[in-house]
Amino acid sequence: MTALDAAAGRNDPDRLIHEQVSSHRQHTLGHAERGLASKRVVTAFGFWIFLVSDIIMFSAFFATYAVLVGNTAGGPSGRELFNLPNVALETAFLLVSSFTCGVASIGARAHSGSWFYGAMAATFILGAGFLSIELREFASMVARGAGPTRSAFLSAFFTLVGCHGLHITAGLLWLLTMMAQVFAKGYRPDILRRMLCFSLFWHALDIIWVAIFTVVYLMGVAQ
Amino acid sequence: MWGKLSWDAIPFDQPIPLVASGVVGGVIMGVLAFVTLKGWMPYLWREWITSVDHKRIGVMYVLLAMVMLLRGFIDAIMMRSQQALAFQSPGYLPPEHYDQIFSAHGTLMIFFVAMPFVIGLMNFVVPLQLGVRDVAFPTLNSVGFWLTATGALLVNVSLVVGEFARTGWLPYPPLSELIYSPGVGVDYYLWSIEISGVGTLVAAINLVTTVLKLHAPGMTYTRMPMFCWTTLATSLLIVAAFPILTATLAMLVLDRYLGFHFFTNDGGGNQMMFVNLIWAFGHPEVYILVLPAFGIFSEVVSTFSGKPLFGYRSMVAATMAICILSYTVWLHHFFTMGAGADVNAIFGIASMIIAVPTGVKVFNWLFTMYGGRVVYSTPILWSIGFMVTFVIGGMTGVLLAVPPADFVLHESLFQVAHFHNVIIGGVIFGVFAGYTYWFPKAFGFRLHEGLGKAAFWCWITGFYVAFMPLYVVGLMGMTRRMQHYDVAAWHPWLLIAAGGAAIILIGIGLQIAQLAVSIRRREQLRDETGDPWNGRSLEWATPSPPPAFNFAVPPNVQAAEAYWGMKQHVLKQARLDEEPAYADIEMPRNSPTGFVCAFFASFMGFALIWHIWWMVGLAALGAYATFVVFAWRDTDEYSIPAETVARIDRANRSARNAAIASHEAAP
Repeated sequence: MTALDAAAGRNDPDRLIHEQVSSHRQHTLGHAERGLASKRVVTAFGFWIFLVSDIIMFSAFFATYAVLVGNTAGGPSGRELFNLPNVALETAFLLVSSFTCGVASIGARAHSGSWFYGAMAATFILGAGFLSIELREFASMVARGAGPTRSAFLSAFFTLVGCHGLHITAGLLWLLTMMAQVFAKGYRPDILRRMLCFSLFWHALDIIWVAIFTVVYLMGVAQ
Repeated sequence: MWGKLSWDAIPFDQPIPLVASGVVGGVIMGVLAFVTLKGWMPYLWREWITSVDHKRIGVMYVLLAMVMLLRGFIDAIMMRSQQALAFQSPGYLPPEHYDQIFSAHGTLMIFFVAMPFVIGLMNFVVPLQLGVRDVAFPTLNSVGFWLTATGALLVNVSLVVGEFARTGWLPYPPLSELIYSPGVGVDYYLWSIEISGVGTLVAAINLVTTVLKLHAPGMTYTRMPMFCWTTLATSLLIVAAFPILTATLAMLVLDRYLGFHFFTNDGGGNQMMFVNLIWAFGHPEVYILVLPAFGIFSEVVSTFSGKPLFGYRSMVAATMAICILSYTVWLHHFFTMGAGADVNAIFGIASMIIAVPTGVKVFNWLFTMYGGRVVYSTPILWSIGFMVTFVIGGMTGVLLAVPPADFVLHESLFQVAHFHNVIIGGVIFGVFAGYTYWFPKAFGFRLHEGLGKAAFWCWITGFYVAFMPLYVVGLMGMTRRMQHYDVAAWHPWLLIAAGGAAIILIGIGLQIAQLAVSIRRREQLRDETGDPWNGRSLEWATPSPPPAFNFAVPPNVQAAEAYWGMKQHVLKQARLDEEPAYADIEMPRNSPTGFVCAFFASFMGFALIWHIWWMVGLAALGAYATFVVFAWRDTDEYSIPAETVARIDRANRSARNAAIASHEAAP
């Protein structure tokens, strides 16, 4: 303890030793717990950080799309391929599904089975509807010889839009698992935290879709 | 049935990889057999493999890093000896093998040595420093570790089954495209990095949430130890940089597997886009590695100088400035792309600006030591070695940031010398300082000082002997990654460099000896009180090793350097405060989720590499089922009774009381 000797005798220029220190052991556990955020806050915060990382991954695909959008290698461009009414329908499905997902969250918080299951089922149907329109669009493009291997532009298009579609697919799987969990376990606090994360995820996919709708479809047709 | 996999994948005709893998396989089998025969398997499974304790996971990360360091260092020895021999001769490594070795060396050292080492130390230390009981998401933490281990496993499987990439540590297209690299080497690289990248991201999300949301009462941001700040900065960088890596490598996967045209020569692909994207990840990556090391040095320098860190707030500002600036310089990795003088000038200036906050840090460390009573133990030797070495590496970095100079030195051994200078001198010295510094906290006894110092001197001497000659041959025009050469002037320098690698080898041998000797003499090296270095932050307020719950009662933080203030108060009144009221503590239960998930991820990665599609589907299903089973659990916590907490805390209190008494008795 020689170094301790050396330092202990000095005065305290950095004012590390406060007079109140003497009471530091007397606080009760209840007071101490205040330093920790609640589980709900911690879980939601962590999930937000994940969403940030997911959005950054999408931004890499967006940047790639922006670089490659003109590289059609003699193949079709977006103007020739995109069908705006179809895309408008997709957008409507997804935006309404965000609303029903919000209703489901409220239903879960109110422990109302009919609202929760009903709104979750509606969200699933709308999400699956979105996915089927997207898959039909992809299939028709491949059938016209405009698949992802045709040009760099189409590679970037299928990857960006397809990555969003994969997220929707994962979201639907999560949605069904979520419903099964509530059915089996009830509205437990940990289940409600997961529901919170799910709705954050679903709304984030909406935001990404708005960007895809604008950058890929609207700007693609306007070119 | 088995995709591209057949008996041809095993290199029966190449003795070096076959013997190497045979030895490695034999060692693994031997260890497994030994552990099973001794009956340690249930213990390992219960206490380590399924553990969600941040301290255990941290230790396992560091262990993984150290084992991979040996593998990566063997690659380094092979490269140095090949270049020492290959003057006007083919040497002993054929080109296709040599290319795999430098690719594996870079991949392993960055992704499976430096990354797990810093993440392991952050995992172990940060909750202790914040005064909390675990990270924000303990089970996810275990998943992150085991996915990292999966990536390391796949890289090492490539030694026996198939081949590794020959494309360097970042697989630039078009060389890495299917047409020029038709083998499975690049696929091994892609899937091991994709899988371990998910693990790293999970670890970073966990650490960001922990630092920002979990604190002991009174632990405000400006009272956090410096290491917590650098952990926050590094984790934020991972959250923002690793998704770019995931996306970029996914595009290369699509090119190779499904015939897309992101980076191909035909179809409108753009190779420079790969280079831009990968360095938008790659440049932050170097700060991801070095910022935690800066944090370690801050802790070590302050502790062993017996003074608070000089300029704490400027250190925080410098850390966060580096965190942001690191995103503005990626183009300096390819000034030769031809982006034009304006673009190159902007990125050159931005790169030089990063030297400013780094300089602030160096001066802060120097002023912390100034006027202090520096105790020259092993951790501070690593720190002083770092300060000297890193400044040299930083200056050659500023030199490379000048675009005209970079045009001459790009892809030369000068560049290789530069980044080894900053990574060995910065990251590796840093994690060794942290390893020595926190080892007693993890295991309850200190590492042997004499052998530690000897290892340090071998490492630093070996580093200078190995890499200063590479600066010279780089200036003489030698490019990197050469399997043989005919220039007589280079040969003596490369012989010296090989000698340097041999000195580092002695250093590593001494480190292994240090560990063995320390375990053997653990009773003499025992840390009774939990505060072996006269520390200043909260990790030293716990026993060594800390109990599962870390703190019997959450510490109440009154000022910066929380533990130092508590200690001075206790020494002043010459006794500990009254015993607190102990209560039951809820802790997260262990879970095999991480291990099982990684088990399936390993099969999935292997199946993707060899195009065994049914196995891919089966493994994906298994991973999903694992998560559902985990999500279906009903109790995720267990309770530690107050009596147990009291017993553990009282034992530590009596050790500390004895230390206070002996401190009183001393003159």
